[in-house]
Amino acid sequence: MKKGYKNWGPPLLLVSPTIIVIGIFVYGLIGANVAVSFSNRNSLVPATEFVGLDNYFALFAEERFIHSLQNLGVFTVFFIAGTMIFGFLWAWMLDKGVTAEGVFRSVFLFPMAISFVASGVVWRWLLNSAEGDRASGLNRIFENLGLGFLQNSWWNEPGWGMAAIALPAIWQLAGYVMALFLAGFRGIPEELREAARMDGATEWKLYRYVIFPQLSPVALSALIIVGHMSLKVFDLIMAITKSIYQTEVPATYLWVALTANDYAKSATIATILLLFVAVLIVPYLVYTARAERKQR
Amino acid sequence: MSIATELEKKPRISGKPEMPGQSELRNRKRISRTVKYVFLVLFLVIVLMPVYVLIVTSLKPPQDVNPATSWGLPVRWPWEPALDGGPTGFDNWALAWNALSASIGRTFLLAIPAALISSFLGAMNGFVLARWRFPYADIVFTFILFGMFIPYQAIMTPLVQMKTSLGLPSDISTLLMVHIIYGLPICTLIFRNYYAGIPHELMEASRMDGAGMLRTFGSIVLPLSVPGFVVTIIWQFTSAWNDFLFALFLSNQNDGPVSLSLNNLAQGAQLANYGAAMAGALLASLPTLIVYIVLGKYFIGGLMSGSVKS
Amino acid sequence: MRKPLSIIAGAVALGLVLAGCSSTPSSDPENANQVEVFTWWASGSEKVGLDALVKVFQEQNPDDEFINASVAGGAGSNAKAALASRLEADNPPDTFQAHAGAELTDYINAGQLQDLSSFYQENGLSDVFPASLLERLTVDGAIYSVPSNIHRANVVWANTQVLKDAGIDPMEAPADLDAWIADLDKLKAAGVETPLALGTEWTQMQLFENVLIADLGAEGYSGLWTGDTAWDSAGVDTAIAHYGQLLDYTNSDFAGLDWDAATQIVLDGNAGYNVMGDWAESAFQQAGWTYDNEYTTWATPGTDGVFDFLADSFTLPVGAPHEQAATNWLTTISSAEGQKAFNLAKGSIPARTDTVAADYPAYQQTAIKSFGEDTVVSSLAHGAAASIAWSGDISSAIGKFGADRDAASLLSGLVAASDKAQG
Repeated sequence: MKKGYKNWGPPLLLVSPTIIVIGIFVYGLIGANVAVSFSNRNSLVPATEFVGLDNYFALFAEERFIHSLQNLGVFTVFFIAGTMIFGFLWAWMLDKGVTAEGVFRSVFLFPMAISFVASGVVWRWLLNSAEGDRASGLNRIFENLGLGFLQNSWWNEPGWGMAAIALPAIWQLAGYVMALFLAGFRGIPEELREAARMDGATEWKLYRYVIFPQLSPVALSALIIVGHMSLKVFDLIMAITKSIYQTEVPATYLWVALTANDYAKSATIATILLLFVAVLIVPYLVYTARAERKQR
Repeated sequence: MSIATELEKKPRISGKPEMPGQSELRNRKRISRTVKYVFLVLFLVIVLMPVYVLIVTSLKPPQDVNPATSWGLPVRWPWEPALDGGPTGFDNWALAWNALSASIGRTFLLAIPAALISSFLGAMNGFVLARWRFPYADIVFTFILFGMFIPYQAIMTPLVQMKTSLGLPSDISTLLMVHIIYGLPICTLIFRNYYAGIPHELMEASRMDGAGMLRTFGSIVLPLSVPGFVVTIIWQFTSAWNDFLFALFLSNQNDGPVSLSLNNLAQGAQLANYGAAMAGALLASLPTLIVYIVLGKYFIGGLMSGSVKS
Repeated sequence: MRKPLSIIAGAVALGLVLAGCSSTPSSDPENANQVEVFTWWASGSEKVGLDALVKVFQEQNPDDEFINASVAGGAGSNAKAALASRLEADNPPDTFQAHAGAELTDYINAGQLQDLSSFYQENGLSDVFPASLLERLTVDGAIYSVPSNIHRANVVWANTQVLKDAGIDPMEAPADLDAWIADLDKLKAAGVETPLALGTEWTQMQLFENVLIADLGAEGYSGLWTGDTAWDSAGVDTAIAHYGQLLDYTNSDFAGLDWDAATQIVLDGNAGYNVMGDWAESAFQQAGWTYDNEYTTWATPGTDGVFDFLADSFTLPVGAPHEQAATNWLTTISSAEGQKAFNLAKGSIPARTDTVAADYPAYQQTAIKSFGEDTVVSSLAHGAAASIAWSGDISSAIGKFGADRDAASLLSGLVAASDKAQG
C-alpha cells in the first residue's frame, strides 16, 4: 500500500466530521459533566468551588446509593440471565427450521419495537402488587387460572423486587438476543456439524465442542450489549413505578438529584455509571481489537 | 462470514434410505418436535399476552375497566352503547387519536430523516474504517464507538445549555440533529462490521482500475450495502421514534415527538382513563411495529450477513 | 428499489399531513402578544381548571395569545426538570407554575425570579390576600409569586356507607389519632381489608405530615422547618409510631399507586378513609356523589383547627421574553373572576378574602371557613414547608419506611435530612 497523505488524506477527511462531532458531543460534554462532579454545585446557584473527589466519597457512604446499587445488581443479574437464556432457547428451537418460523421470529422480536413509555403503560398494570380481591394484572390471571398461590407483590418486595422489573425488560430484549444467536447458529457451516456427526459425536458433544465455541463471540457480544443497557435502565423504571425507594437504581437517583437541582450529585452519579460501563466495555473493545488484528 | 452468505438457511432434506431402527428414531423425533412446538406456542402466547391486554382494555368503555374483569373480553364492545350513555371503547381511541395524531406526524418527520441520514453517514464511516483505511483507524473507531455507551443523562444539562446559546428551536429539527449525532457510533459499528466482510480483492481491483475512494464507495460498495442499511435504518428509526429523554429536555409537547404526548396521556391523567392510555400506547407503537413485522426478516438476514457481530 | 422509495415518500407525506393538521403555536420572541405558560396541568381536572383560567384570560386580554407549555408526569417532576434546564440555559418561559413557599427557594437563591412586590402594590393584592398567606409568600421582604388557589392537605375523605356498615358514625370525626385507629380496627373487624387507602411516596409524606401536625401541634410542626423543633424529639418519635400503626391498615400495593387510584379505592367501597388534599373533591364530583351524603370530610383527627395549606402559584422569571403579557396573565389569575373560574373547576379555594362562599360547592365552603379561622401551617408534601432537596430526602426516607418499617432508620433519615438542609 502506498504511503503518503494522498492515500490516507481522503478517508481521514471523510471521517473527520464524525470525529469532531463525537469529540464535542461525547467527550466534551462528558468533560463538562465530570467538571461539575468535582464542584459543590448543589442548587441552582451557579457559583461553585472545586471539591475534588468529595462528592464521590460522600456518595459511596450513603446508604441510599448503596441500596440503589444493590437494586441495580439484582436487576442486572435477572435481566442478563433472562435475555440470554430465552434468547438462546428460542434461537436453538428455531434454528433447526420449523414451520412458521417467520411467525415465531417476528413475535419474539417485536417487543423490541415498542418504546419503554408504551410498554410501561401495560406492564405497570400487569405488575400491580395488589392481591386477592383487588388483584389485577398478573396476580389476577393467577387467581383466574386457579394458581392463586403464585400471587406476590412483584416489585414491591424489598430485596428481590427488582427481578420483577426485569420481566418487561426481558420481554423487550430477549428477541434481540435470539436474533443474534440465530445469526450465530446459521453462521456455523453445515460441514462442521456433519463432520462432527460423522466422527460419532452425540448431540450433546456436538453442542459442547463445536457449536458453543463457535457461538461464544456472539454470546459475548450479546452479553456486553445487554449488560450495558442494564446499567443505563431508566425509562422503564420511571414508566412502571416512577422514582420510588423500592425500585431506585443509580439512573433514577440521578434523575431525582437533577430535579432537586443538585447538579454536583447527579454529575457524580453519571460519572460513576460511566465508569461502570467503561469497566464492562473497554476490556471488550480491547479484546475485539486484538482478535481482529490477529485475523488481519 | 461473507456478504454472499445465504440469507435463509434451507431445511435439510434427507435423501438417505431408511435403516432398521429408523422408524423408532423418527417417532422420537416426532415427539420431540411436537414438544418443541408446544413450548414455542406457549412462549408465543406469553409474549403476546401484554398486547392482548393493551387491545382488550383499549376497547372497553372506561366504566367497565375494573380489576376483577381485567383479563376478560369487553362486556360491552365499542360499537355497543355504554352504560348510561357514557363513553364507549371507540371514545378511548378517539381520545388517544386526538392527543397523539399531530405528534405522530411530527415523529415521522423526525425518525425517517434521522434513520436515513445517520445510516448514510455510518456507511461512509464504516467503509473508511473497515476497508479504505488510514493510520490509527482502529483507534478512531474505538474513539467513536465509546460514544454509544454513555448514559445520556450525564450530558443532558450541558447539551441544553449548548442548544440555547446556539439559539436552536425546541422542536423536531434540533432533535433530528441530536439523533443523528448520537446515532453515529452505532451506525458506524454496524457498517464497519458489515464491510469487514467485503473481500480485499474487490478493493484491490477497484484501485487497480484507478477509482478513488468516493468512486469505489459509490459504485462498488454502496450497491452491496442493502442488508447493512436495513439494519441501521430499522435501528435508528426505532431509536428516534421511541426516545423519551432527549425529547423531554430539548422539546415540548406542542412541537415534540409522540413519546412526550403519550407520556402526557398516560401519566398526566388524573382519574386515569386506562382505556385511552392503552389505546394511545398502541397507536404510538404502530409505526415501529409495522417496520418490524414487515422488515424483521431482513433484520435477521442483515445480522446474519455479519452486520452486528464481534 | 422503487417500492421502498415510494413507501418512504408516502410515510413522509403522511407525516407532513398529520403534523400540519393541528399545528399549535409556539413561543416566538418577536411577537409581543404571546405568553408561554409552563405548568404540569396537562390533563384531568387540573387541565379543566387551566382551561377555565385561559378563558377568563382571553376575555380580559383579547389581544394576547396563550401558549400552553405543559409537561405531564411524576406530579410535576418531569416539568420541574425540564424547567430547571431552561432556566439554567437562560431560556425561561414567560411564567411558570410552582408551589408557593419554600419550593421557590432554589429559584430565588439563584436569582431567577423577579420580585413582584410592586405588582402586589399596584393590584392591591396585599389587602386582598390574608396576612398569614402573605407571610408565607414573603422571603426577605420580597414576594416572588402570585397564588392562584389554595389547597388544604389535612383532610380525611370518608365513604359514609362503608363506615355505617361497620357501626361508625361518619359525621363525627374521631377526637384524636388513637380514637381514629380504634375506628380503623372496627372497619377491619367488619371485613374491610384496607380501611385506609394510601398511594405513592408523596401521599405517604402527606399522611406523615398530618400525623406530625397531630402529635406536635401547629407550632411544634412549624418549628420543624425553622429549627425551633428538633427532629429527634419525643413528639417526632410518637409521630413515627403512630404513622407505623396507620400503615398497618393500608392497602399493600400503595407504593406504586397514584393518588387518584388510592382515592378510587374509597369510591369503590374497598376502603373507608383516604387522607388527601382537596383536589380529591373532583373525584367525588365525577362519581356523582353528594357531600355529607355518600361521602364526607373532616380534618385529620388531631389536626382540628389547623389548615395545612399549599398553593399553586405563578412566577415571573428574570428574562421572560414577553413580560407585559406575562404580567397580564398574573393579573388574571389574581383577579376575582380568574380565581373564581379556576377554583370552581379545580376543587380548591381562592386566595382572595373577598370570596363569596355561597358561590362554591359544599366542600369548598368548609375549606373557605377553615382558611379564614384556623391556624395556617405549610404543607411538607407540597413544597410549602421545605425546599425541593429537603423534601426529596424526607420522601426517600418515608419511602424506605414504607418498604421496611424500620422506625430507627426513618428517624435517623429525618434528622440527616434536616441537618443537611439547615446546614
